[in-house]
Amino acid sequence: MTTTLRPVRRRHPERPAWEEDPGVAGQTAKGAVLTAVVLAVLVPLWVVVVTSLSSRETINAAGGLVVIPRGLDLSAYRIIFSGGQISKALLISTLVTVVGTAFSLALTVLAAYGLSRPGSVWHRGLLFYFLLTFLIYPGMVPSYLVVTGLGLKDSLWSLILPGALSVFNLVVVRAFFQNIPGELLDSARIDGAGEFRILARIVLPLSRAVVAVVGLFYAVGYWNIWFTALLYIDDNEKFPIQRVLQSYLLAGQAPQSSGAAGVALPPTLAIKMAVVVVTVAPIVLVYPFVQRHFTRGVIVGAVKG
Amino acid sequence: MSADQASRPAPALPPEPAASPRPRRQRPASPRRRSPLRARLRRDWPLLVMVAPGAVVLLLFHYLPVLGNIVAFQDYNPYLGDGAVQALVSSRFVGLQNFRDLFGDPAFWDALWNTLSITAFQLIFFFPLPIALAIMLNGILSPRLRGFVQTVVYLPHFFSWVLVVTFFVQMLGGAGLLSQELRDAGITPPEIMSNPDTFIVLVTAESVWKDLGWGTIVFLAALAAVDPNLYEASAVDGAGRWRRLWHITLPGLRPVIVLLLILRLGDALSVGFEQFLLQRDAVGRQAAEVLDTFVYHQSIATGDYGFGAAAGLFKAVVGLVLILAANKVAHLLGERGVYSRS
Repeated sequence: MTTTLRPVRRRHPERPAWEEDPGVAGQTAKGAVLTAVVLAVLVPLWVVVVTSLSSRETINAAGGLVVIPRGLDLSAYRIIFSGGQISKALLISTLVTVVGTAFSLALTVLAAYGLSRPGSVWHRGLLFYFLLTFLIYPGMVPSYLVVTGLGLKDSLWSLILPGALSVFNLVVVRAFFQNIPGELLDSARIDGAGEFRILARIVLPLSRAVVAVVGLFYAVGYWNIWFTALLYIDDNEKFPIQRVLQSYLLAGQAPQSSGAAGVALPPTLAIKMAVVVVTVAPIVLVYPFVQRHFTRGVIVGAVKG
Repeated sequence: MSADQASRPAPALPPEPAASPRPRRQRPASPRRRSPLRARLRRDWPLLVMVAPGAVVLLLFHYLPVLGNIVAFQDYNPYLGDGAVQALVSSRFVGLQNFRDLFGDPAFWDALWNTLSITAFQLIFFFPLPIALAIMLNGILSPRLRGFVQTVVYLPHFFSWVLVVTFFVQMLGGAGLLSQELRDAGITPPEIMSNPDTFIVLVTAESVWKDLGWGTIVFLAALAAVDPNLYEASAVDGAGRWRRLWHITLPGLRPVIVLLLILRLGDALSVGFEQFLLQRDAVGRQAAEVLDTFVYHQSIATGDYGFGAAAGLFKAVVGLVLILAANKVAHLLGERGVYSRS
């Protein structure tokens, strides 16, 4: 009776019955914090993209970075993709990322399956061999001496091989494999399937989520390679994109552009921002498709295990 | 021991229906252990073949360099002989001389001090933030809004340090967006990116920007595992928001918090390498040199490999002691820790 007279704030349908409605102050503060956190990520991305697409007049009028877009000017991207050092670096990074990710995934999945069965021969010793790498690790100097001693200096394999197997990822995949019901594998074995066939036909199709997540980790790692390239790649024809980004934007050395002489150059700032955009773009484009697998099962299972 | 255990699958057995009441033949555990090595090898060799490539990669690029740490006890000269192995064999052993040099070098103590103060600073001002954000995210009722916020805040984790520093320079640097706007408003912009005095705040802000969101994942998982009945029961008993947070939520997060604290303490001598290497020139060695950049600049950049390897070995050994000690403390406190005693 009385309740119908008072205007009642509508309860959120998801709110459990026992929970009190939040106060206005608390709700506002929480909203403000979350908005700030989200904007802190989105605003820099926005400014960089908008500036990379702006013409010289817009950039001059803004006095630098452009927040509010006016017009669309693709000339910065035309310069980047016209075959200079930046196009080359993008190709190198793509190659390293694709080959490296495939190689790393193969190593990881095979080793994870090989180590997934307690009681198999030498299981404890091998597992110890892999896990010990968490506790005992080589320093930078001996690693450098080994990689250069193997003749990998200035080879793109120096970007792939030294970090090809992440034992953390191995543990993640192994934990996932061990959650697959053993009866499934047993029945395949009774039907005469060998271990390789079981891995390819039964285990992998059930493990798409974990392979996607671990594949993303590897791919991002390869795409982001910078210091390894600083150590091992002296030939600037073989620089990956992060190395070019760093020398151009942070150290201020202009990259060699292609022979597009005579063409009116777009403002340097737009080119710089376009380099940032092409470095970010693959991550921003691929990551949302894998993100939904993060919380459920994958990482969490490994942390608990 | 008997033949029927070692050979499988037993050909005489017809495929049995799943509902069969007969006890399932046990494969793991006991029968495996007792069969002789030859039989186990014949059965499990494919598994060994699968493990082999990964094991070789670790041998070459992990354990071989671990052995290579003997360079730390040498006056290593890379130009002796042609190849790293020959140089290693023909270089002169100098005992602990490199370590004596290391501990006598004031630049080393500066780097160690910078490292430890940055670790301590981030433990106080960074470590609690993902916990708070996770609790906030957990309280968002609309699944779509929550998913959107999560997607956005996880994203910077996947950016390289080159990108993160670039973003900071473009936003807060001398020619960045903030300075631009302040100058338009007639205010002299503060020097943020190259000020050694506030560098510790800057690197913490960068780390927060990159990994605050990602850090919530573990806590969100722990929050999802808390029994909702506990909240309901305590709410019925009259516990308010803050008391439920204190008596239910935080205890539910305790094991994860302890685990992450251990990992962080064991890693106290690493504060992020690329982040500091990238900014060392802008800020100066005095504030921005940490142990890892010290190793790099003292060895590969200058050619004094023995000295740099000694610094690296020092870091690795102290790190190992720290993680073992932190784990011991966790066991004493009754927590699970990183690995359990088995």
